[in-house]
This record gives sequence, structure tokens and C-alpha cells, in this order.
Amino acid sequence: MIEVSKKCIGCSKCVPVCPFAAVSMSDKKAVMNEACTLCGACVQVCPVQAITITREEASARDLTGYKGVWVYVELSETDGGGAAKAGPRKIRKVVLELLSAGRRLADELGEDLCAVLLTDKNHSYEKELGPYGADKIYMVEHDELFEYNTDIFSTVIVSLVNRHKPSVILYGASIQGRDLAPRVASTLYVGLTADCTALAIKDGLLLQSRPAFGGNIMADILSPNSRPQMATVRPNVMKINEPVHGRSALVVRETAKLDRSLRRVKVLERSMAGDTGTVRIESADIIVSGGRGMKSKERFKQLEELSGLLGGVVGASRAAVDLGFKEKHHQVGQSGTTVSPKLYLAFGISGAVQHIVGMKASDVIVAVNKDPNAPIFNVARYGIVGDAHEIVPKLIEALKGK
Amino acid sequence: MNIVVCVKQVPDTTEVKINMETGTLIRAGVPSIINPYDHFALAAALELKKKHNFKVTALSMGPPQAKSVVQMAMALGADEGVLLSDMAFAGSDTWATSYALAKAIKKIGKTDMVFCGMQAIDGDTAQTGPGVAQQLGMAQITFCESVEVDGRRIIARRLIDGGHETVEAKAPVTLTMIMDREYVARYPSFPAVHGSLKKPFHVWSAADIGAEDQYLGLKGSPTQVNKIYPPAQKEKAAMFSGSGQEGARKILEIMRGEHFIE
Repeated sequence: MIEVSKKCIGCSKCVPVCPFAAVSMSDKKAVMNEACTLCGACVQVCPVQAITITREEASARDLTGYKGVWVYVELSETDGGGAAKAGPRKIRKVVLELLSAGRRLADELGEDLCAVLLTDKNHSYEKELGPYGADKIYMVEHDELFEYNTDIFSTVIVSLVNRHKPSVILYGASIQGRDLAPRVASTLYVGLTADCTALAIKDGLLLQSRPAFGGNIMADILSPNSRPQMATVRPNVMKINEPVHGRSALVVRETAKLDRSLRRVKVLERSMAGDTGTVRIESADIIVSGGRGMKSKERFKQLEELSGLLGGVVGASRAAVDLGFKEKHHQVGQSGTTVSPKLYLAFGISGAVQHIVGMKASDVIVAVNKDPNAPIFNVARYGIVGDAHEIVPKLIEALKGK
Repeated sequence: MNIVVCVKQVPDTTEVKINMETGTLIRAGVPSIINPYDHFALAAALELKKKHNFKVTALSMGPPQAKSVVQMAMALGADEGVLLSDMAFAGSDTWATSYALAKAIKKIGKTDMVFCGMQAIDGDTAQTGPGVAQQLGMAQITFCESVEVDGRRIIARRLIDGGHETVEAKAPVTLTMIMDREYVARYPSFPAVHGSLKKPFHVWSAADIGAEDQYLGLKGSPTQVNKIYPPAQKEKAAMFSGSGQEGARKILEIMRGEHFIE
């Protein structure tokens, strides 16, 4: 419940700070409407402490005995689909990021870090997971786990949770993770925080930080009254620890009762982008990116030449994609791909929030823009105020001349 | 078949700016819009309606002014509209929202397909669609680009990590839609808006849908917002300005200094 007491002096400071436009003034007193999310932004600015949020506790659930930080081991899919059994699937990079982040959380809690692996055939995955910090691997091997399926995988995860009671589960905020985690959270009636960019332990609870509102604000989220506390974590944000060679994890084999009838959604066909020569910007070390300031598709092509000379991949802002300069799968940002290359060169990108949230984790950002006040310079390490149309050809010339 | 499309009213986050000094959002002049992904989901549902003569109900949850997105959905072709509005819903996270929406869908009646946008642009969670599916006991197909129906068979092309899949399932199914880049949002004409005013529209409270108080609002939400704050600012960039030649030379120097080129 949110309440405004008689102390309210009608200063209306709380009206503009509400991210959800839920506060208005009525009779010189603040009132909240149904859009209120009880986020507390108004409480923080009230000069007379007139606003209080009381958190009525949900019926107390027994949280004792929940221990251990789990990481869901996501495997890449292969071409085909149906019953096709192509070569071994690979552990996706985000899993190593989660193990690295999870290791830190587990140490702080004094609990085990456990990897949860669902597969039809074990291709010595455990040898890859131990060196990155897993203490234990809960492994379920079953023919029905030959490819990801919402119903089957969520059934297995839910039964493992009920059996072993972890305190935390981390998933990659990939498409698979964002399909699976909410289904599990809904079944178990537990908290799930989407697309986290930072995780910490606060008073024994998992403190989950995430951008919201198109990246305009950050929110810290807690799930105090339910276990496990679950989060999906944005790929390419958490740093991967150096593997400790020879470190091994204890493999705990688990069984699952599964049959075909559980599989309500069937794959008819699958094609991986690798086939069609699509570039993977999420794993590129160098990205040469362009925005609206590139002005035309022809000029945008120069970025491809430049990126080729640097051994990089071309990225694009949403504006550039909307203008048809580049295909959607090159789009960097909130509605595209989040990237964290070693070098990000931005040409003619002003730096809308939706773009910045998708690239600000890059190691070195060099931005070129005509406008010295372009927001992109707020996240760049080096800012060049100049005309991309003049600079790009000169750069190409110089690199070719070497 | 009967289709329910979930639509959310959101502030146009691409128009939101932030006051760097106070770290607060500058909301003045930011329009409220129908969540773009829901807009696309609605278009996909209306396409099926046209082809197969299905019934489409638009469902939203929000303050009374969220009526406008339901109204717009009806003006675009939805047959009926429902708005869940009650202070009891305030503070609902995705779990509590899914619970309320699922309760409302049960009250709407026999539903073969539920369409949602893959996520809303103010929260970006992508959790409500799967939550609704689970609460209704339906299969879910997330991140769909296109959907076709053949009898009771539903065939969807969906995005997966690093590629695409075509999948099939039998109704009932909940689908969440990504946005087709080629799709241009359609807006209703004035006569269509006028005509839609005659369509059945209901505002339901928590009691109307038989939702249990303990699962609603903040009390029913497993996640709680601990703090909201502006994103951290990085240190100021080292700035340089000059001609094209000079700019290019500077970039080469930076790349050499950072060991990207020799």
C-alpha cells in the first residue's frame, strides 16, 4: 500500500519523478493512480516524509533449507530439428559468464555453485564447467532432452528445484533463457528478474540490478519472500574468470520421468544463421558501427570496407536499420543485440539511450559525431567532433596504404 | 477460434529524456502509446481474424486511461474489449500481472489463442506472456515472427538464439510476437474509431475476475523494487576536433595506442 499522510504540503515534487506518471495533485495533496508500481521514487524526493509504502507480507513461506547458487547450462542448437541428431551442441558463452558471476555470489553466501545440465548425450561438458567455478553439476541425461523444449525443460528444472532447493538460479537472458525462466518462475510462484546487468548479495538476498524504461533508469530488485531467487542475466556483460585448469566439479546424476506427450510444441524445421553467412556481432572483438549520420546506404557501405580492414564486424543503430542502411541482425541496442567488443567505433551515431545500453560495456569506445553535445560522447573514451563522411574514407586510405 | 490479445499502454520510452543533474526522468510531453510489440501482435491476430473469421478480444490492465489502447484495438478490428482496472492491481510484478490476465481470460471464455507482444518497452521483461501461458496451462511459443492456423494446428516461425525455427502445436496456445521490421504500424481512421464505440467494452475489477487478493499487487508479487536510480555516467571522453584528415589521423593514433593496429 502507498499512502500520503496529512504531512503532504502539496509541493508536487513527487509528480515529475514518477517514472509511471502515476502521481497527480488533487486538493493540494499527492494522489497515486493504478499505474503506481510502488517503486518508491516519490518517497525519495518527498521533503516532509509524507509518503509511505507499507509492504504487507505475503503469507509466510518456509524459506529454510534453500541453499546453493545454480546456473542453467544452455546448449546451442544445431540445424535440423525434429528428431535430427546433428553433431554435439556447445555450451553457450553466457554460461561461462554466469559461472563467473555465480562463483562470486556463492563464495559470498558460503554456498556451492552448481551447474544444471540437461542433455541427451553428455559430450564431456563437465570438463568445461569445472574450470570456470562449478562445484557440482546436476546432470540429467535423457533422450527427450536432445533439443530445447519449453514444456520438457521446465518440467525437469521444476522437479530439480523441488528436490534440491537452491537459493538462487541464474539463466542467460538469451531467447532460450527468456523462454524457460518465466515458465519455471510462474510454476513455482517465485520472483524472477529479467535481463540483469549486475548481481550482488545484500543481507543474504540476491540484489538484482537491471535497466528499465528503455535504459533510462536502473532498478534494484529483490525477491525476499520466495525461493529460489531467479534472474536472467544479459549476455556479454559479466566478465569471464580465467579458467582454473584441472579444477573439477562433482557430477550428480539425476533422473527424470519424461515422455513424448509432454512435448506440446514440435520443431518442424530449424536453420541456424551460420548457414547463411550471417555475422555474429555479439562475439566480435571489433565493431564498426554507423547511425543516421551516415546519411545513405552507399556511404554506409564504406563502414563495411573499414570494418573488413580492421577485421571487425559492422554494427548499426536502430535509426540506421529503420532507414534501411543495414539489416536488422546488425542492430546494436535495446531492441537489437547487446555487444561488448574490445573496440567499438561509432560513426554518426548520436547515442539514443536505446543504443547506448547495448554497447556501453565495450572496452574502448571511439565516437565520431558532428555534434559536440551528442550523448554518445558521454559513454565514449575518445570523442572526435568531425564529419564521418570525411573521416571514414581517409581512414580506409591510410589503412590500405600500410 | 477465439483469440485474446493482451495490450499494454506504455510511455514512449524512445521519447524519454533524463535530467543529468537530478537523475530523474523528464516525462513532460512523452506520449502514452500502445506497446509496439502488442501493436504487432494485434495486427497478427487481426490478420487471422480476417482469414478465418475468428473472434478477437483485446485485453489490457492499467489505470482507467488505459481504456484508450483497448479502444484503439477495437477501432483496428478487435470485436470486444476488456480493461482490468483496480487499485488492487497496483504494484503487480510480472507474476501478479500474469495471474490477473489469466483470470480475466478465463472469464472471457473459451480461448484458443492468446497473443502478446514479446515484451513491453517500459519494462522489457518478456515474462508476462509465458506467465499467462503457464497460468492457463497452455503451451507457449515465444518470440514469433509469423503465425498461421490450419484447423486446430498452429504453425509459427520463431526466433531462436542464432537462428530461426518453424514449430507447430495444437490449440490452445499462447504466442508472444517480436516485431517484423517490414511492418508499419496501422492506425485507425476516424470513422473506425467512431464505429468501435458501439463494440462491447468492459471494465473489470479484481472481484469481477475472481482474483484472490493475496496474489495481487505488491502483496502477490514475489519481486520488489528496492531502489530506482539513474544509470551511472562514465568519465568524460577525451575530446578532439578537426578536419577529416586530422580526425582520421587521430583515430589511427588511438587504435595504435590501444594496440588494435600496428
